[in-house]
Amino acid sequence: MNLLHFFMGNHEQILELTLEHLWLVGLSTLLAVLIGIPLGILSAHWPVWNRPVLGTANIIQTIPSLALFGFLLPVPWLGDRADRLAILALTLYALLPIIRNTYTGIRDVDPAVIEAGRGMGLTGRQLLLQVELPLALSVILSGVRVAVVVSVGLATIAAAIGAGGLGEFIFRGLAMVNNQLILAGAIPAAVLALSADFGLGWLEKRLRPR
Amino acid sequence: MSAAHFAAPGPAISGMLGEHNLADMASERIVMEDMEKDLATDSVIEFRDVAYTLPNRQQLLSGLNLRVLRGETLVLLGRSGSGKTTTLKLINRLLTPSRGEVRVNGTPTADGDVICLRRSIGYVIQDVGLFPHFTVERNIGLVPRIEGWPAERIRRRVEELMKRVGLEANLAVRYPHQLSGGQRQRVGVARALAADPAILLMDEPFGALDALTRDQLQREFLSLQQGLNKTVVFVTHDLREALRLGSRIALMDAGRLVTVLPPEQFVRSRDSLAAAYVQAFMGGLDSVSNRGAS
Repeated sequence: MNLLHFFMGNHEQILELTLEHLWLVGLSTLLAVLIGIPLGILSAHWPVWNRPVLGTANIIQTIPSLALFGFLLPVPWLGDRADRLAILALTLYALLPIIRNTYTGIRDVDPAVIEAGRGMGLTGRQLLLQVELPLALSVILSGVRVAVVVSVGLATIAAAIGAGGLGEFIFRGLAMVNNQLILAGAIPAAVLALSADFGLGWLEKRLRPR
Repeated sequence: MSAAHFAAPGPAISGMLGEHNLADMASERIVMEDMEKDLATDSVIEFRDVAYTLPNRQQLLSGLNLRVLRGETLVLLGRSGSGKTTTLKLINRLLTPSRGEVRVNGTPTADGDVICLRRSIGYVIQDVGLFPHFTVERNIGLVPRIEGWPAERIRRRVEELMKRVGLEANLAVRYPHQLSGGQRQRVGVARALAADPAILLMDEPFGALDALTRDQLQREFLSLQQGLNKTVVFVTHDLREALRLGSRIALMDAGRLVTVLPPEQFVRSRDSLAAAYVQAFMGGLDSVSNRGAS
């Protein structure tokens, strides 16, 4: 009951931090999609790029998030504002699942379909845009889904460097040993993660080629 | 039929049981008499001393000299690994020769625009390779669409082609996974014919079909070819199919062209490999009649 009262009493702040959280996750995911899909295509089409690209993304994934935030802090323009820094870090973490799934999705397209397309005189670009990407779309989307769900959780840590988001409640709650505060951050974050997972999962299923 | 029959040399075989059947099959195909007059001049596809070597130095094809004449159906016959498919892919430059040159309509394929070349050649493969996310209609109309035909013309062309290859009009909105193997292969043929190419390359197009469907599609291919008069290069490992569909049969083995003969002469050939093919084929017929006798 107390918790409900707390939520009602602080709904404005909860909403504000939730929107901030969404902004961090949304923008970083968008950037990761814009960077990750081309990198995935690159490594699927030119095997030489496969190892360096996936290897780098893998290494980034192994850096503990707090440490990554710390490493980036002294970087000039980035360090000026905490949200820039948080967005960059989240983007880097989101890259791996997106690159990997783009790579897998394209490599898994039936070779007979590719051969027929090439034999019929589709240009490389037409083949990519009309055949490979549409057929890989559901696999790519499932990579984006993983990236978003992970990001929602990871973005709470961004509060540690003052980037805002639902992590604010959690860190404040931890400092004050106040469970209500912690839950005020954790519950909306969990709801965000679950709804993103559900929504993107639904989309993924609809786009799956038969 | 006795064991002695099996031991008989090639030419003798054709004097026995198979002669009649094989000749029948050969006469079933369309004989284009006009074509045979200017055999020497009118070659649409020409291989000049072509070799193809993989990057790991494995030689898939060597010293190939071959002409495909206008309006004929040239069958490339051979077992897997003999270089048939490699030969086919050299024509639409899915592969580029390591040595020598391939000419299509007199121009070396290496010179022109590869996209243009491929769009002027129809291509049908065994696995069909229909786009699973396109309807039948869109699959067939693909080349016309990327060539920028107006929508109405594409629609009419698709309708006409579907009729031509024996597909009911209501299948137009289906997806490939909703079709039977035979229907899919018909869509593959219709798609290859869409932009009315003068040349058609077919790589074991009926190989994955059951015997009855294959028989039907072969028959339809013959009547289709009668109306269209395309220059066809047809890859198969099946002698029966080769005899039935080919104007000439090019026998390949281990990356080399063994011989090129019209079906009637192929069944009488003294070439040991050709004879072996004929014998194996006849052996199949024999074993049936042997069973019947015992």
